[in-house]
Amino acid sequence: MSILYPQRPRIIVGMATCGLAAGADEVFDALREEADRLGFDLTLLATGCIGYCQQEPLVDVRMPDLGRVLYAKMTPERARNLITALSTGKLPAEHALASIPEEDSNTRKRPEHLSAVPLISELPFYTQQHKIVLRNSGLIDPFSIEEYIARDGYQALSRTLLHLSSQDVIDEITQSGLRGRGGGGFPTGKKWGVCSNETGEPKYIICNADEGDPGAYMDRTVLESDPYSVIEGMTIGGYAIGANSGYVYVRNEYPLAIERINRAIARAEECGLLGEEIFGSGFNFSIKVVRGAGAFVCGEETALIASIEGGLGEPRPRPPYPAKNGLWGKPTIINNVKTLASVSAIVSKGARWYSNIGTKGNTGTVVFSLVGKVANTGLVEVPLGLTLKEMIEGIGNGGLAGRRVKAVQTGGPSGGCLPARLFDLPINYEALTQAGSIMGSGGMVVMDEDTCMVDVARYFLNFTMAESCGKCTPCREGTRYMYEILTRIVEGQATPEDVVLLEELAIWVKETSLCGLGQTAPNPVLTTLRYFHDEYDAHIMEKRCPAGVCRALIQLTIDPELCNGCGLCMRECPVGAISGEKKKPHFIDPKMCTQCRTCHDVCPEGAVKIVR
Amino acid sequence: MPIIAQPVHPPAGALLAKLHAINSERGYLPEEDLRVAADELALPLSLLYSAATFYSAFSFKPRGLHTVQVCMGTACYIRGGDRLLEKLETKLGVKHGETSEDGVFTIDTVHCLGSCSMSPVIRVDEDTYGRFKINRIPRVLNKYRQNEPGEKGPGEQET
Amino acid sequence: MVTLTINGKTVSVPQGTMLLKAVQEAGIDLPTLCYHDALSPYGACRLCMVTITAPHHAIVASCVYPVEEGLAVETDTEPAIRARRLALEFLMSRCPTSDVIRKMAENEGITSSRFGVPSPEQMDELCVLCGLCVRVCRDVIGAAAISFIGRGTDRKVGTPFELQSDSCIGCGACAEICPTGAIRIEDQGNKRILHTWNTTVKLSACPECGRFFTPKPTLFLKDIFPEVEDYWDLCPACKQHKTTRQWLNAGSKEGL
Repeated sequence: MSILYPQRPRIIVGMATCGLAAGADEVFDALREEADRLGFDLTLLATGCIGYCQQEPLVDVRMPDLGRVLYAKMTPERARNLITALSTGKLPAEHALASIPEEDSNTRKRPEHLSAVPLISELPFYTQQHKIVLRNSGLIDPFSIEEYIARDGYQALSRTLLHLSSQDVIDEITQSGLRGRGGGGFPTGKKWGVCSNETGEPKYIICNADEGDPGAYMDRTVLESDPYSVIEGMTIGGYAIGANSGYVYVRNEYPLAIERINRAIARAEECGLLGEEIFGSGFNFSIKVVRGAGAFVCGEETALIASIEGGLGEPRPRPPYPAKNGLWGKPTIINNVKTLASVSAIVSKGARWYSNIGTKGNTGTVVFSLVGKVANTGLVEVPLGLTLKEMIEGIGNGGLAGRRVKAVQTGGPSGGCLPARLFDLPINYEALTQAGSIMGSGGMVVMDEDTCMVDVARYFLNFTMAESCGKCTPCREGTRYMYEILTRIVEGQATPEDVVLLEELAIWVKETSLCGLGQTAPNPVLTTLRYFHDEYDAHIMEKRCPAGVCRALIQLTIDPELCNGCGLCMRECPVGAISGEKKKPHFIDPKMCTQCRTCHDVCPEGAVKIVR
Repeated sequence: MPIIAQPVHPPAGALLAKLHAINSERGYLPEEDLRVAADELALPLSLLYSAATFYSAFSFKPRGLHTVQVCMGTACYIRGGDRLLEKLETKLGVKHGETSEDGVFTIDTVHCLGSCSMSPVIRVDEDTYGRFKINRIPRVLNKYRQNEPGEKGPGEQET
Repeated sequence: MVTLTINGKTVSVPQGTMLLKAVQEAGIDLPTLCYHDALSPYGACRLCMVTITAPHHAIVASCVYPVEEGLAVETDTEPAIRARRLALEFLMSRCPTSDVIRKMAENEGITSSRFGVPSPEQMDELCVLCGLCVRVCRDVIGAAAISFIGRGTDRKVGTPFELQSDSCIGCGACAEICPTGAIRIEDQGNKRILHTWNTTVKLSACPECGRFFTPKPTLFLKDIFPEVEDYWDLCPACKQHKTTRQWLNAGSKEGL
């Protein structure tokens, strides 16, 4: 504990990819420089993702005997002021987002002078959260195995190797009710059991970190913020099924995650927690990292295996399932990052503890990336069974700038768009599937009245069409043609027959595609047709886009009565279509305008009008 | 059993790692390097070529000094990722997938850099920029131009 | 043996048989493009889809689904018919001049395609991306001279860099196995030109008549198949003459 709660002041800065994208490295440097300049002795660490990405850059400050406070939206300037205040023994309330009472110190209570600052558990963003997968994210130094261990890390593995048989582990996971968090929701214990019973050797366990869903970044976060939780989970899984080697397949677009998991593996090897005779038990386990190369289809397990074997990421027919016939034809288990991070917690705290969280048949927690047109964005971990409403309006605090939330998209390109009237649905595998979507890997994109649902369907088909491997006829030809029809619709060139054909193709592609990519590619189309048919009708019958998005169907004009001539729109216009003199009404040249709506979005006077 | 004897399979991930190594060192995949790699790995050249054309990370054409990746993930798209791309394409005079005339920048689209709360996002080389506003483009491009060893980039007009 | 029902008819096949074979055993003719007895099933064309009605409900590609005891299968359900029709309708659009595809489509009641025709340059396209050529070259011959290039709608088959192949042995197995005749091979003098692969392979000449008859690169097979090592000694025509002469000589010795 003394590692985590030293008597020195301790500052942690959220520096996963999100934090860096918000400028956290400059904040970090400013804190360092100012502290050095003042001779202020403290521990300054870069950590992973703290979760409340909306408020990045985030700085977590712990002052012994004073308290612990999370500061938000920090800048280098604010950082310098903070250090100045801290060096004089003050814990300021300025820019403080919340105070964090500690588990084991004399700072359990909220410091008096910070009474106006809410406790972290009082923030709407955090009230309903229950962190298991994200238990350490943003709280520890991702490289420090000591800090991981201090927070109960490696208890599970030592219990496993010293006291449990592989069947005991499988039983524990089965009883916990853990289901695959990559999206399939298949009971993890059952899958492990099948593989364990196979006699082929050598067996393999693979961590699928090819998180390709646009809008999802949970797996990246766990790898960058708490890599040992995944390493421990994989080692336990290897023991359970009888595998001595594992692979982590990380997508190419996550260079920081690749770097951090590699470093963590090396450190674990140094400490004897990977390699030969772990805990002196006779169990050997090693992990290698394989870097992806830019193909969404490689998130599909058979394509992932093909990719590791050394070729195209082309899916293979199932059966046979990888648990029986996988990498190099040997029994292989593929688990998602979040599944493995849950495993290490479950084996440490027990199946009963886990199964008491969530609901029957849908136990435990799921991590979502809550993003899009919602006020509070970030990574959120909640017990299964929470409703969409509690997620979007509670944790997310509703739409942006008073816009009406219209829909939520779950499950990435494989999922569907659910309308606001269904927000009382509980978040669990079955409810989402029945409504036409899927749980998926945890992407949750909120859409409002300014989002065109037909355009969204088209966006997703564009994605799946580009990512289709091309092996099977329905996915290769079907997604392309569905995309063409959707393009005609958004351009106002479609007929009612086009929609009939669109639906027929969607059903064909869903029913007959070889792999999950093709089988789920039509979901955005099918759900938008089911729930937002009125928008399709408007585009086709009236050549009108109700949301004011589809470029071929809108015109942008500047109302001279409202325009104050500030020129902001002129500077922001990507194609230079706006002209005007200072302080005089500006004018959009309709011949040059591409209807991108940037001017509409930046105008401080609301002078740009969308004519539908 | 194939008539022509097949080599033992390469270590897991070895083919991808080799392609990445060439790509990192040369910036793209030259034909000659691919042929040499096939010999080194004792794999058919057609297998390497197949993989090289399958994955979007690889290119057979040399790329610019700097790669600008515009994220077109869902969250970035609905917060204007397509407009960022348009502005970049206008400024550099090329479409995505292409390299600017002066060989300094290659524009790519990428589906999800995993910083969805920071949408819209662009990445230049290893640096990720979140909450990116269109009017930052000229400044950011200039910053990278000036890192050209011993050269000043062509003067940029701020719009 | 495994017993199952197909369109109401009972069939028995050995364990490990693929459903497609069982369907054929029941006398039903499903169209296929990517299936071939000599190669392991690939499941790409999706023409052989059938509906399993018992013990569970599923729509599966019969060429890759192993039979199970007590399975009940229907081949003419709405999804199965739709699968055949739409796949063929798209392939008709991709290969408008292919008689093979046109006939298969007509069998399913499709006489025209709603999905447009390709550009003038692509009107002669005959490749349906079934992968048989790639797989026979890689898995049976072992030369792996051709492979798939690109992905999605850009997918095609070719040699590395679409240039002359260094691994092709000119055996012509690819052209032989292609269901639509998309691969063009022409023997011209002492060369075998595989037009589709931009590859030329030298032929070896018959020592007797001087005609070129077999690709030089196949000579290495002599060591692997000693039983056919005299294949390269004479061209087939000369070999036939030699054999006939041998018989005639043997006959005359007998005093016929």
